Amino acid sequence: MLAFIAQRLAKAIVVLFAIVVLNFMLIRMAPGDPAVVMAGEAGASDQMFVNQLREKFGLDKPLPEQLFIYVKGIATLDLGFSFRQQAPVSQLIVERLPATLLLTLTAFAISLLLGILFGTLAARFAGTWLDTAVTIFSLIFYATPLFWVALMAILLFSVAVDWLPSFGYETVGANYTGLAHVLDVGAHLILPATTIGLFFMATYSRMTRASMLEVQRHDFVKTARAKGLRNAVIQRRHVLRNALLPVVTLAGLQAGTLVGGAVLTETVFAWPGIGRLMYEALLQRDYNLLLGVFVVCSAMVLAFNLITDLIYRSVDPRIEFAS
Amino acid sequence: MSAATAVVSIKNLKLALPPGADRRYAVDDVSLDLTPGKILCVVGESGSGKSMCAHALMGLLPDTIGREAGEIVYDGHNLLALDETGWLALRGRHIAMVFQEPMTALNPLMRIGEQIAEMFEAHNLLTPKERTQKALQLLREVGLPDPERSMRAYPHQLSGGQRQRAMIAMALALEPAVLVADEPTTALDVTTQAQILKLIRDLQRSRNMAVMFITHDFGVVADIADRVIVLQHGKVVEQGAADDVLLRPQHSYTRALLAAVPSMQPPQRAPLAGRAKAVEVVGLDKTYVSGGGWFQPERRVRAANEVNFDILKGETLGLVGESGSGKSSVARLVMRLIEPDQGTIRLGDIDFTRIGGKELRKARSRIQMIFQDPFASLNPRRKVGNIIADGPIAHGTDAATAHKRAGELLGLVGLNASALERYPHEFSGGQRQRIGIARALALEPEIIVADEAVSALDVSVQAQVLNLLEDLKKRLGLSMLFITHDLRVAAQICDRIAVMQRGAIVELKPTAALFSAPEHAYTRELLAAVPGQTSSSRAA
Repeated sequence: MLAFIAQRLAKAIVVLFAIVVLNFMLIRMAPGDPAVVMAGEAGASDQMFVNQLREKFGLDKPLPEQLFIYVKGIATLDLGFSFRQQAPVSQLIVERLPATLLLTLTAFAISLLLGILFGTLAARFAGTWLDTAVTIFSLIFYATPLFWVALMAILLFSVAVDWLPSFGYETVGANYTGLAHVLDVGAHLILPATTIGLFFMATYSRMTRASMLEVQRHDFVKTARAKGLRNAVIQRRHVLRNALLPVVTLAGLQAGTLVGGAVLTETVFAWPGIGRLMYEALLQRDYNLLLGVFVVCSAMVLAFNLITDLIYRSVDPRIEFAS
Repeated sequence: MSAATAVVSIKNLKLALPPGADRRYAVDDVSLDLTPGKILCVVGESGSGKSMCAHALMGLLPDTIGREAGEIVYDGHNLLALDETGWLALRGRHIAMVFQEPMTALNPLMRIGEQIAEMFEAHNLLTPKERTQKALQLLREVGLPDPERSMRAYPHQLSGGQRQRAMIAMALALEPAVLVADEPTTALDVTTQAQILKLIRDLQRSRNMAVMFITHDFGVVADIADRVIVLQHGKVVEQGAADDVLLRPQHSYTRALLAAVPSMQPPQRAPLAGRAKAVEVVGLDKTYVSGGGWFQPERRVRAANEVNFDILKGETLGLVGESGSGKSSVARLVMRLIEPDQGTIRLGDIDFTRIGGKELRKARSRIQMIFQDPFASLNPRRKVGNIIADGPIAHGTDAATAHKRAGELLGLVGLNASALERYPHEFSGGQRQRIGIARALALEPEIIVADEAVSALDVSVQAQVLNLLEDLKKRLGLSMLFITHDLRVAAQICDRIAVMQRGAIVELKPTAALFSAPEHAYTRELLAAVPGQTSSSRAA
């Protein structure tokens, strides 16, 4: 198993390197010069000042050399310096990452739990009104644009009944500590996490339902019945366990994209995470920050893929580690 | 056999099929008795209702099947009147079942030991520790090698025969009075089948169990049955002691079924010496390599090892062996569906292994394949006419001519030309196999590769398709590479037979010589394991 992890990590590093090079080149190819933008905002757009800025940030060097310096930096976990925010990129990301992870992992857990629960219910009562109700419920959230659901949720739960805060990560200026802080963050978390969770729930519930109905038909389910096992035990131990295999694959694919995909929700709910950071960097042509966010998001995708593979191997004995 | 000694009596059972089925009753007025210490074989072709009887006995009938009339009496109770709770107490404990395909009948995610222990758990018997001990003891009893290891193994880590032994161990765990075995050896190789049949026989005798053994194979019936019951379209056409039914069948259907069983005696065949070679295979080698990443060791399976053979014009060469022996790999190599590592395949005057591109595509029309599974080998979304005409159209024939020719081909294989406009699912297995043959013939090939082409068919349909192949071969002057695991079929259709074991041909001889004087130990073992030899010699 360790050999497997080592092998996958080695491959991940190669992929990450390719992504870094590709992102770097793509961004430099795009029109717009950060030095010009910065000089413009400073109210001094004369050529000399721009050149000074270029020199200061190493933008005057040939592109291959810039790339070399950047990659060398990444190898030592140095993601460069944000000219705009006057802070190291890694520091900016580290500040924002916990908020994003908290939001996306909560949303992920909500979508998986609800998806599997509803999928199991729909399969158990396939063809009845309950099945139809579950299907419609999931599809409504899947078919509706995420930001619209987010806005409606704010209107309903924050504006109309005022149960939950409408934006931010915590109550500004309250300076809660301990349990009060946890509860405060939790209250802020509910709306954005549920919004994302409900959107992704549909895929899990549909997949679980279809997969359970398919496993239902397998011979080993008949064997289990022939043993005299109760239906509840058969469903849980024999059907659900087998039916969750494709759900694990899907969840792994989506978990990776959740981090980068939270841009919209983070913007609507003013959630101070990576998504918002990326959005701001994009508007301000903050190359280093943008690249840094991309690298971190890519690394997340690779990490989640590895975790998925490890989970898959532990739940399906037919896939063996190379020994 | 009086009902007084029977442990289970099925009386006038009538099960209705859902509306729209091809007949009204799946099982129509069936009565039978299961007696302790005796094996009752229920024989019939697919759709005869034999599995339905077994499922009724286990209370596992689908909800769509109507219980119209009759009763199943066990221990003084009518099982058909039981509710689900009643069945839960009965299943596994009093009546247990072994299924056809041990790979799919075991949960792939659970260890063998857990699956057996579950039997006790379902009936709240023993402590978890005792359950494990008992499971181990059962695995030992059914003759699994290294029972401790098998306990921890997952189903995919065992061979087919070992899996079926584990299934049997599971079924016997609670010492049921009745064992229902639904085609338990159909998915197994012939030598494994012989072992499993012996195991069931021995266990049933030592435990004085009543066994309902469902099969379509009269060879198996001859080897294992005390009594036989023959079903056709859900009705009992004949029942009696095994010898009576097999040697003195009364009903015309039983006689027809028995007559359709291919004999182990190869018919006289005209010598083919002096004919030109249609196929020449020299030094064919193929090794499958899997795994082999950065840190992984490679896994190698040698599927073809120095394989040499010729097929003469108008000759049928049989390729026999057990699963995994490399038969199908050789077929794919000869078709050039996979590339050999080494060796040459010549089709008449061309070197089939050295050509590529357009030349290869053109040469492909000379060799065509008939597949095993007539359900999977035809595209379900295309009409039969298109399926047959595709090949010729790809080779430049215009569509109108190709479709006209497709109609003629359907006539040639004994189907009506109206089939052109229909889809594969509208046909029976035998009819689909005929469509598959028509498709293979559409390109006017010189050579046909038939990979287990009759294995999925019922015995009477199998006989018809074999006759058709024989007839077409003569009329069209075809050469054939006929791959089969069934030595009876091979005896009837092949001019010569090559026996394969672990990728190598161990013996290649004219059919009659191979059957009368097998030289290699493996050939002898294969021949000895063919079921039903004692009774067919009695019958002959």
